[in-house]
Amino acid sequence: MSGDSQGGQVADEPPALISELLAGDHRALARVITKIENRAPGYRDLVSALHEHTGDAAVVGVTGSPGSGKSTLVDKLAEEYRDRGLTVGVIAVDPSSPYTGGAVLGDRIRMASTVGDMDVFVRSMSARGNLGGLSTATADAVKALDAFGKDRIIIETVGAGQNEIDVVRAADTVAVLVPPSSGDTVQMLKAGILEIADVFVVNKSDLDGADRTVKELREMIDLRDDVNPVLGAGKHGPEGGPAPGDGADADPDEGAAGTLDTVEGEEATWTPSIVETVATRGEGVDALLDAFAAHREHVAATGRADEMERTRYAEEIRTLLRDDAAGLLEREIERRGGIDEFVDAVVARETDPYEVADDLLGPLRECVEQRARDED
Amino acid sequence: MSADQKQRSIRCLVAKVGLDGHDRGAHVIARAFRDAGFEVIYSGLHKAPEEIVQAAVQEDVDVLGISILSGAHNTLIPKVVEGLEEYGAFEDTLLLVGGVIPDEDKQELKEQGVAEVFGPGTELEETIQFVRENAPRR
Repeated sequence: MSGDSQGGQVADEPPALISELLAGDHRALARVITKIENRAPGYRDLVSALHEHTGDAAVVGVTGSPGSGKSTLVDKLAEEYRDRGLTVGVIAVDPSSPYTGGAVLGDRIRMASTVGDMDVFVRSMSARGNLGGLSTATADAVKALDAFGKDRIIIETVGAGQNEIDVVRAADTVAVLVPPSSGDTVQMLKAGILEIADVFVVNKSDLDGADRTVKELREMIDLRDDVNPVLGAGKHGPEGGPAPGDGADADPDEGAAGTLDTVEGEEATWTPSIVETVATRGEGVDALLDAFAAHREHVAATGRADEMERTRYAEEIRTLLRDDAAGLLEREIERRGGIDEFVDAVVARETDPYEVADDLLGPLRECVEQRARDED
Repeated sequence: MSADQKQRSIRCLVAKVGLDGHDRGAHVIARAFRDAGFEVIYSGLHKAPEEIVQAAVQEDVDVLGISILSGAHNTLIPKVVEGLEEYGAFEDTLLLVGGVIPDEDKQELKEQGVAEVFGPGTELEETIQFVRENAPRR
C-alpha cells in the first residue's frame, strides 16, 4: 500500500489507472501490464486492486519447443474464440538475450487472423534475464486481462526448462505441442513435461510421422496411468490433492460405497487428451477448444479447480514473502556495509556463509520470536 | 529502487506499413535495437496503419519506428498519428520514420508528430543514441 493510503482503509479507492482499466480502456490495460513488467513503483497497489475483479477468465497455457507452431496455433485459437463470441487476451513470452537484455519478440507476426480486432489483446513479454520474476509478472498480467473482462486468456511460452513450466502454471489448462517426428516424445519425458500437459497437441499433423507420434503419446499416457498411484502419492504432499484410488478401471459406483476420498480420487485423475491439428489451416482447432472445455469441466466437477486455485494462491503468497523478505535482508546487508565486506571476511576464513546468514537474519528472528512470546 | 530500475527496458515496435516488401532495413534496425538491450516487437510486412496502432497500444511501446520505402508516407503516417491519438497513446510514444523520405517531406512529417526521420546511410549508433536520449521516461 502506498504511504497516503495507509491511514485510511486498505481498499477504499482504486487507483485511477485501475478505474480506467475496469472501464474498458485499452491504453490503461497496456499501461498496467507495463507497470507490472517493470515492477514500477506502485505496481503492487495496482495488482492488489485488480484482485477482487478477477476469477472469471479461463486461462490456457500453450507450450512446446521452438518451431512447433505455437504462435500460429494461438492465432487460430484466438480466432475461433472470437467466432464463438468470446473476448481473448494473449500473453506471449519470449526469451531475452542473457548478454544485453535485449529481445526480439516475434510472436506477434503470426497473430494475423484477428488483427484490427481490439477484443483480442496480444501482449509480448520477455524474460528480461530475471528468471524468478517472470512467472510472477506473467501471473499478474493475467490478472490484469482477467479484470479487464477477457473471457479467455492464453499464455504462450517456449517449453524449455523449469522457468517456462512455472510460467504456464498460472494456467487452468496446459496444452503441450508436439511436432510430429519420432524421438521427440522420449525427449519430453526427460523434460518432465508429461506431468504438466492436460492436452497434447500434435500440430502439423499432416506431416509424416504424425500418426506415430500420436501412438507414442498414447502409449506414454497409458503407462502414466499405470504408475499413477505412485505419481499421485508423490504429488499428494505439495499439491494437497487426493491420491487416486485403486486403479483406473475400478467401478465408480463401487467407489461410492467406500469413502468419499476414494470417489474423489477416482474422478480427480484426468487422462490427458491428444488432439491433432494443422494450425496453418485451422484444422482441429475446434476439437482442441472442446478438449480445453472438457478439461475445465472435469476439474470443476471434481473440485480440482478449487484445489489448483488454492495451491496457486498459497504459492503466490509464499513467493511474495520470499521476495519481500529477501528485499528486507538486502537492506540490512547494505546498512551493515554491503555484501563485499561479508564476502571478504568469508574469503579470509574469519567467518563462513552460514554464520553470516545467521547473523544477518538475527534481527528478523528476534522480532518473530518476541512476537511469539508476547502472544503466549 | 535500484532493483526496480533494472527491470525497465525500452520497448520498441519496428513496423512495416503499406505495400512495399522491403524489410531488410527493418530487420537490421530490429537486431541493432535488440543488441542495444531494447525489447523489440517486429510487425512483419504489409501492415495497415490501424494494425500498427493496435500493436503499439497493446504492447505499450516507448518507441514506434516505421519503415517506409514505398513513398506513401504522406498518407500512411497521418493515419498512424491519428490512431495513436484516438487511444491517447500519441503523447508518450516516440515516433520515428526510416526509409526513403524526400527532404521536402521531412519537415511536414515532423510537424505531424514524427520525432525524427532517418534516411538511408544513417549510422545505427546514431539511431540508437537518439532513442536512448528521447525515449519517453514514464
